[in-house]
Amino acid sequence: MVWYILRRLLQLIPVFFGATLLIYFMVFALPGDPIAALGGDRGLSPALADQLRAQYHLDQPFIVQYFIYLGGIFTGNLGTSFSGQPVSQILAATFPVTLRLTILAVIIESIAGILIGLVSGLRKGKLFDASALVVSLLLISIPIFVIGFVSQFIFGIQLKWVNPTVGDGAPWKDLILPAFVLASISFAYIVRLTRSSVIENLNEDYVRTATAKGLGRRRVIRVHILRNSMIPVVTYIGTDFGTLIVGATVTEGIFNVPGVGRTLYQAIIRGEGPTVVSFVTVMVIIYVVFNLLIDLLYGLLDPRIRYAK
Amino acid sequence: MSDTSARATISGSSLAATPLLEISNLNVGFTTQRGVVPAVNGVNFTIMPGETVAIVGESGSGKSTTAHAIIGLLPGTGKVTGGQILFDGIDLATATEKKLEEVRGNLIGFVPQDPMSNLNPVLNIGFQVQETLVANGKATRGKDAKAKAITVLQQAGLGDAEHRLRQYPHQFSGGMRQRVLIGIGLSSTPKLLIADEPTSALDVTVQRTILDHLAGLTREAGTAVLFITHDLGLAAERAEKLIVMYKGKIVESGPSVEILQNPQHPYTQRLVAAAPSLASRRIQSSSRPLATLDYVAPSIAGDVDLIATAEAHAEHTPVTKTLVPSIVVKDLTKVFQINTGKLQRQPFTAVDQVSFTIAKGTTTALVGESGSGKSTVARLILKLDEATSGSITVDGEDVAKLKGRELLALRRRMQPVFQDPFGSLDPLYNIGSTIAEPLVTHKVGGRKEQRARVLELLDQVALPTALADRYPNELSGGQRQRVAIARALALKPDIVILDEAVSALDVLVQAQILALLSELQSELDLTYLFITHDLAVVRLVADNVCVMQKGKIVEAAATDEVFGNPKQEYTKELLAAIPGAGIQLAV
Repeated sequence: MVWYILRRLLQLIPVFFGATLLIYFMVFALPGDPIAALGGDRGLSPALADQLRAQYHLDQPFIVQYFIYLGGIFTGNLGTSFSGQPVSQILAATFPVTLRLTILAVIIESIAGILIGLVSGLRKGKLFDASALVVSLLLISIPIFVIGFVSQFIFGIQLKWVNPTVGDGAPWKDLILPAFVLASISFAYIVRLTRSSVIENLNEDYVRTATAKGLGRRRVIRVHILRNSMIPVVTYIGTDFGTLIVGATVTEGIFNVPGVGRTLYQAIIRGEGPTVVSFVTVMVIIYVVFNLLIDLLYGLLDPRIRYAK
Repeated sequence: MSDTSARATISGSSLAATPLLEISNLNVGFTTQRGVVPAVNGVNFTIMPGETVAIVGESGSGKSTTAHAIIGLLPGTGKVTGGQILFDGIDLATATEKKLEEVRGNLIGFVPQDPMSNLNPVLNIGFQVQETLVANGKATRGKDAKAKAITVLQQAGLGDAEHRLRQYPHQFSGGMRQRVLIGIGLSSTPKLLIADEPTSALDVTVQRTILDHLAGLTREAGTAVLFITHDLGLAAERAEKLIVMYKGKIVESGPSVEILQNPQHPYTQRLVAAAPSLASRRIQSSSRPLATLDYVAPSIAGDVDLIATAEAHAEHTPVTKTLVPSIVVKDLTKVFQINTGKLQRQPFTAVDQVSFTIAKGTTTALVGESGSGKSTVARLILKLDEATSGSITVDGEDVAKLKGRELLALRRRMQPVFQDPFGSLDPLYNIGSTIAEPLVTHKVGGRKEQRARVLELLDQVALPTALADRYPNELSGGQRQRVAIARALALKPDIVILDEAVSALDVLVQAQILALLSELQSELDLTYLFITHDLAVVRLVADNVCVMQKGKIVEAAATDEVFGNPKQEYTKELLAAIPGAGIQLAV
């Protein structure tokens, strides 16, 4: 087991180098001159432009730029943005906000999705099930910014239950509505996944045997159906966590959340290599680490996998 | 009915004269789109306390449905549509779910059919036994439950129960899992145990040990047993009373030996005739033993492609007489590397220096328990796996050296039929496409010729040609296995490798398939390698037998020789384990 975790963590090394190199190259290959864009309509004097280029190493060939950036990372310097702020500071300011938003969204979609999916699966074909399916289909088919704006308007402006936008320091209570919006699509998928998983398990022989040996219905559902049905759902939630961090961009824009999404978007537009690469690399690492955690959890849920390793 | 009055009736009924279970006029139906389809029709029978009763019938006869109706666990849309199930004075057909929960496990134990799928794979064995004890009030959660679970498993024949509590089902063999399930079924010392095909997934020798053990436990505790099986020999050996079901009705019932020796109903007569375990007692040595089976072959000679038949005859007739070796296996060895956890690997010899020769146009049976390496031999001959050492020669060609085009040519001449008629057909392919697939792969003929060949093959395996456009899930197990055989014959192979090809089938269907195989063999001069764990079937089809144990061939001889005069202790053991072998038939 320890060996397995170690091996998976070692995999992070090539992932790290591959991801940084690729992303750095993509930023480099973006059309347009970032320094010229900085000057706006008036333009910069050639001397100033050259000085800025030298400061950000933009006058060097691609591979040299990359190694200068890499060298910086290992000395704890992630470079600076065009606004002069160190990238590490921007990271520290924005990532926690997005992380909190995402965690809240994952909690909401897991609890609501699994509960509704379970009841739906147990009452297959009944009214509850049919409505859950229709609602989930709606959520999947409506674009997230529509859901975002509509709920912002209804709950934030008309009913005034919550603040329509997120305030300074992004307090938890302001994050609740954005988290619901962010969770909506995955919630719909979790409902459907749980439902089909429960229906499949209901027909398993061991469920019939569990009833035949005298267990009550509640216990059969809790111990023999729910737990077994969770295996595919847990995998989905794990990969979804990574997707949500990236996918938060739109939601963050609507609710004015000072998170990763907005910063990253602007950095890409400006062609700020170090900022983009640092942000995306952190995202990639979070993604990989989460997948590892999910694989470990998977082993806890399913002993057949635990012992196969 | 309140709890106390239920108990009172239970204690009052222990007089031998009152039946423990009395089923009268039971009707069970399944709701489909076309209305209610009856599955059990007016069934009546009684079980006295401590008595063992067996229900026999083919799949779809309603025997399992009857058993499930008793404990209120009918699958899907199944419902009791009429009649009474009186158990100790309680009518289970109309009882509330709560009442049923009290009866299940506590008063009626249940041992399910398939040990592989009836234990929850993600929970450990100890947990699954303990929760049963706790739910039925036989133990309190914690240490008490654990101690009692160990006793339960030890009684069920798991010696090292204490160490195995924390293990998971996938770490147990099929036989051990079935012991666990029997332990669970008997854990509350119920008054009645329903055993639904408890050993049909197991090897004969394991089956015998487990059934002996089960019989011992129930006799000791005075538990009545309702035994559901498709194996007449097994039923007769284990039960005092037999109930024969056919299409949802009881066609015959009475003392076991009486029914076997003097079956009244035509269906029972066919069942007795077709049961290979019983038949093998009667059929004396004969080159084509199937001819004596009470089985009317559907007209296969109707629309045979005359030119193809003539060609086949022209090709093969001169050779058959001289017994040319078709498959020669020499010193075949296969070693697997097994993961034993913690980065360690251990070599495991699955096939150990196996040698045999199969003559053209004959059938050789490879017999042994699961794990004896017989299926590995088949995989090696088909070149689905590489041998570690030794050689396989098919019609003079060394299989190991074949590559690419030549290998494809070999596959064309050598076709497999596998055990599971449900798993080996693609559910999304219709029957026509399934049979035509080998023709398409090997680019034989155009679309029209392929279609014509498919229809011809369907005819050859006695299936209506209309089936070509249907899908596997619309077919019965026997029909599916015919499709698998048709597919194997599509390329006109010389050799067919049958890996447990009839093991999953009901006796009557099994007899039909065996007759079909034998007919096809004489017609097309096929060579069969017949792999099975069922010695009874071997006697019906094989010319030669190789008995395998732990990767080695321990005995190889002509079929009559092996059955009449077994040399090895292991072979004798296998023969003795055939259910019903000891029953004398009055013929």
